[in-house]
Amino acid sequence: MRYKGRGMSKIVFVLRRLLGAIPTLALIVALSFLLTRLAPGGPFDEEQSLPPEIRANLEAAYGLDQPIHLQFGRYVRGLLHGDFGPSFKFRDFTVGELIADGLPVSLVLGFAAMLLALAIGIPAGIWSALNRGRAPDRIVMAFAVAGISIPVFVIAPFLALVFGIWLHWLPVAGWVPGRPSDLILPVVALSLPVIAYVARLMRGSLLEILRAPWIRAARARGLAERTVILRHALPAALLPVVSYAGPAAASVLAGSLVVETLFGLPGMGRHLVQGALNRDYTLVMGMVIVYAALMIALNLIADLVYDSLDPRIGRERKL
Amino acid sequence: MSGGIWSEALAALRKDRLAMASAALLGVLAFAAIVGPSFLDYREDEIDWSHMAAPPFEAAGHWLGTDRLGRDLLVRTLHGLRVSLVIALAATLVSLVIGVAWGAIAGFRRGRTDALMMRFVDVLYSLPQVFFVIILTVVFGRGPLILLVAIGAFSWLTMARIVRGQALALREREFVDAAIVGGSGTLRIVGRHIVPNLMGPVIVYATLTLPQVILVESFLSFLGIGIQEPLASLGNLIADGAAEMETAPWMLAVPATCLMLVVFGFNFLGDGLRDALDPRDR
Repeated sequence: MRYKGRGMSKIVFVLRRLLGAIPTLALIVALSFLLTRLAPGGPFDEEQSLPPEIRANLEAAYGLDQPIHLQFGRYVRGLLHGDFGPSFKFRDFTVGELIADGLPVSLVLGFAAMLLALAIGIPAGIWSALNRGRAPDRIVMAFAVAGISIPVFVIAPFLALVFGIWLHWLPVAGWVPGRPSDLILPVVALSLPVIAYVARLMRGSLLEILRAPWIRAARARGLAERTVILRHALPAALLPVVSYAGPAAASVLAGSLVVETLFGLPGMGRHLVQGALNRDYTLVMGMVIVYAALMIALNLIADLVYDSLDPRIGRERKL
Repeated sequence: MSGGIWSEALAALRKDRLAMASAALLGVLAFAAIVGPSFLDYREDEIDWSHMAAPPFEAAGHWLGTDRLGRDLLVRTLHGLRVSLVIALAATLVSLVIGVAWGAIAGFRRGRTDALMMRFVDVLYSLPQVFFVIILTVVFGRGPLILLVAIGAFSWLTMARIVRGQALALREREFVDAAIVGGSGTLRIVGRHIVPNLMGPVIVYATLTLPQVILVESFLSFLGIGIQEPLASLGNLIADGAAEMETAPWMLAVPATCLMLVVFGFNFLGDGLRDALDPRDR
């Protein structure tokens, strides 16, 4: 099935990867469930002088009086039906409702940041590599080092201070649905570290590819420099950037906790932070499971893109 | 172990001005964090009622100003830096001990042991780490020790992978064959022959682990899930500063600058070490 079977083996590959994601997700569910049940003390400990009968009723209502394997079974059954259980602290909401409430905001924020990072990082890296050692390279690389070392929780307040408070160009915080200016600062803050990393990766891999013999061969055939770079070098040089998509997604998701809290965006990240501060187990568990599923999905997509870009994979596909 | 590689690396590092400047800066910062607070007039949690939210250089004794409760910002930043450095060093030590032992044994034994050990690393790797650290702090409460354990639990994974790769290559060398023929056991070979020969990459990666741990710790403290008031950490100082930046921007600037200096310092030093210890580029 070396050549003929390519289409077929592609489907097999996708299916195998999808199946491979299930144990990981199951492990995450099991681990987060076990960890939260290991906790010293229960979710109602902070309620002042709760009469024992009411406490027992509360625990019965949430199923906390059952043995742990029954609780786990109940939780997993719920998850399979899209039910993440009730939130222990936001009594009027289920975790599912809070996720449904926050997920769209977080997704818009995350995807905008990733797109911006690629749209700026890739050209910046190419520009830097093609001007190796000269001023553009120095500028881009200085920026990249800064972007990698300065965390989002420093960049974000700094941007808010300069563009929101001093210059009054953009709102400092807040969220009105449909007002894109609310999203500019959060998206920029979130994407800066990723831009920096992508630019550095892109520069490094392009420089390495340009030394490869087949690039010299393309030049020897008399192809225009533009064609050599765009058609021959670039697809190969993009591979490391594609495989960085997973870590980039992790960084954007973690950064969104900071950005949503700081700019007052009603996304999942803010709910997660609130949940963590309130020790709201079900909320934190549900959010972490959703974040993990997002990361697994993004990694899967990145692998598929990588697979279709790299001509070497697929000839003899082994997992 | 021959002294040749190490003295050569040291000579190369000496020529790297950026790395040497970073090392000096880190030395000064660490020294200030350790002994600084005892030479200043104010304690970490001491409230100066007559100077609240004072800008830098205005109130006597408060060189970098005070926060909104009248606590000295320089003292608090130095305490925060101390907390960050201690946690970073401890978590990196955990990653060194577990990661090197794990990777070296897996790489030396190869085969099923290797597959099993590295599969475990892969599984932990696939977890969203920051979120698991958050779950751990939710479950076991917030404090420096929990933070250290939670961060340490994940920080050794990359180290184990790097070491395993090196160990796989090293075990094919003649001196390892000689040791096997000589009747040495696994632990002795790993300890005496494998580990000493892969210290280069290990040192480089450990140096680069330090700033990562500092960033994770500050990130959690910034969100309020890490180090708790009245204990200072760079993260919760930055969070305080961000809340007051409109009226008192120095409250943000001082801890943020300190954090960036430390992270820059470790990153540049790590890059310099990598160049110095990697003979390919010389």
